[in-house]
Amino acid sequence: MTNSEMMIPEASDQDKERGLWMDALYRLAQNKASLIGGGMVILLILMAIFANYIAPYSFSEQDRQLTDAVPQWVTVIFPTIKPYAEISDKFSIGADYVGRDMLSRFIYGARISLVVAIVGATISLFIGTVYGLTSGFFGGQVDNLMMRFVDIMYAFPSMLMIILMMAFFRSSFAESEPGSLSYMMNSVDQRFGGMLFIFVGIGITAWMGTARLARGQVLSLREQEFTLAAKALGASSSRIIFKHLLPNVLGPLMIRVTLAIPGYISTEAFLSFIGLGVNAPTPSWGSMIADGAVAIRTYPHQAIFPAIALSFTMFAFNFLGDGLRDALDPRLRGTQ
Amino acid sequence: MGRYIVQRFLWMFIVLFVISMITFAMMHAVPGGPFTQEKALPPEIIANLEKRYHLNEPYWKQYLLYIDNVMVPHISKDAAPEMVDEALVEISLPGGNYLRWINFGPSYSSRSRTVNDIFREQLPVSIQLGVISMVVAITIGLPLGVISALKQNTIWDFLGMSVAIFGVSMPVVAMGPILIWIFGVALKWLPPTGWGAKPPFTLFFIPNTLGSWDFWKHTLMPAFAVGTGYSAIIARLTRASLLQVIHEDYIRTARAKGLSERIVTTRHALRNALIPVVTILGPMFAGVLTGLFVVEQVFGIPGMGKYFITSITNRDYPVIMGAILMYAFFLVISNVFVDITYAWLDPRIRYD
Repeated sequence: MTNSEMMIPEASDQDKERGLWMDALYRLAQNKASLIGGGMVILLILMAIFANYIAPYSFSEQDRQLTDAVPQWVTVIFPTIKPYAEISDKFSIGADYVGRDMLSRFIYGARISLVVAIVGATISLFIGTVYGLTSGFFGGQVDNLMMRFVDIMYAFPSMLMIILMMAFFRSSFAESEPGSLSYMMNSVDQRFGGMLFIFVGIGITAWMGTARLARGQVLSLREQEFTLAAKALGASSSRIIFKHLLPNVLGPLMIRVTLAIPGYISTEAFLSFIGLGVNAPTPSWGSMIADGAVAIRTYPHQAIFPAIALSFTMFAFNFLGDGLRDALDPRLRGTQ
Repeated sequence: MGRYIVQRFLWMFIVLFVISMITFAMMHAVPGGPFTQEKALPPEIIANLEKRYHLNEPYWKQYLLYIDNVMVPHISKDAAPEMVDEALVEISLPGGNYLRWINFGPSYSSRSRTVNDIFREQLPVSIQLGVISMVVAITIGLPLGVISALKQNTIWDFLGMSVAIFGVSMPVVAMGPILIWIFGVALKWLPPTGWGAKPPFTLFFIPNTLGSWDFWKHTLMPAFAVGTGYSAIIARLTRASLLQVIHEDYIRTARAKGLSERIVTTRHALRNALIPVVTILGPMFAGVLTGLFVVEQVFGIPGMGKYFITSITNRDYPVIMGAILMYAFFLVISNVFVDITYAWLDPRIRYD
């Protein structure tokens, strides 16, 4: 930060007026790729919120006469399926193997992906940053204790742990007494189509990486002169942490969390892919891909359409995240 | 430094112990046992089976028994009295004795195999795929990141980062079916499923068919599907951290004292910029290994992933324990490695 202030004093005056966050927002709005990404994310959010109004059919409604039906335009893209496919324009991107409208399932599926993304990122950033900063700044015994705990948690293979926990929650909570906490959690989970346990699973495993990164950065930063200077001027610990260290570690942390959001989305997709994610009729892009992958030779579009949707969502978050990175990293100021 | 390394390794054992305990507790907290089936077995048979596998003992005893089998070397007169007692390390000692070490126990669901068998036959497949995916990731990711950073805000930067965003935005769950359809079904160039190497393997994991097309044609799609995602992470991290370092004062100093641009980049900038990258490589390899379930499931590869998922639904306690401990071991080792590299690369970091 000191670097750019020395080089461009006028810019730093403006920074002071606008403040760190307004400045970041301003820079974000100037980045076209991130605007496109942000636009896509907003569209997805709207699609998820108003799914019941947009979707032409319900996600579980079946038309047994039209299982695996494909509309005309799909047979143009995938000519191989023309000879044997049931052609019907009732469903705009086709029906799945039990005759449910794929477009409606796809629209409702956005809900799962987005909620997982938001919850995962929030947990990871908040817990991880506070934990890592505290540990790295105080050092010594505190650091030792806190990081040993992270070590233990971190050494748990996260995907294995999520899978194990899903199995644990699903089977043990299903048999619990009414009125108990586990019964309540299970009924909440049932209500949300099996999402609660996905959050718990992702939440428990998500924050450690951020904490380690934050601590690693602080470990190096606290040895640098500006921290020493702040200490010499009598700044309190919390002031040093939040005013001096946080802005310096925020860039790498935002990059890390941004990189992780698509990870949460794909974790959910994979859990649903192997059947441990959302419960049966609730649509998730992962379970749609799984259903489609079985018939990849006969009806390739059933797997490829949700796969593309999943990739597009992750594209959007990545574009947005890239813009956020450029906007938030104070050291990149004045370099454009 | 030496003391620090020893300390870290000691911690590693404690971590593994705690993990084994948590896993053990979680496994047994789930109602139902390995012999609970749709069609209930007669109680005498269940009692016999449980006695055979020591499941009738109290939990603490079961746990200690397990740890004893895995950790403590045993010396006995005969080779392996029963299949269940077979161990990963078996050395014949003078005097007709045998030293046996590391026995992960039987697999409940497939009676003819032990967990050791599964490790011997399935884990190498996962490691092969993991290593090749990592090589793909690093060879694509590192140059991409360095070029993008050195030519910041040019067309090269834009192209490099577009490739990276593309890679990170295609999860294996999405890329797998697309690749299978393009190269396996439509073009028929590569087999859509299967694996081209069978045990026995040289040096635990090197396939004997390494030189043949038969091995590589099965490897290309899955390694690419896994590798591109990780290459994107490497590229973005390399770029971000190199950009930060390039604007540091000491880089200006290095230039000011007349060092060539190549020396400044390689010796001063890259060495420091690679700290976060190195930090992520170790856990990344462990992450690649433990995350291979996805690609193994999508491409029908006979690695560890398939066995772990079925073992959870089957309550196959020894397989669950073994798999988690084995993967946790990889993760811990990689983290220890990272911390040591950290200390070596950045002398400002002090551990006291």
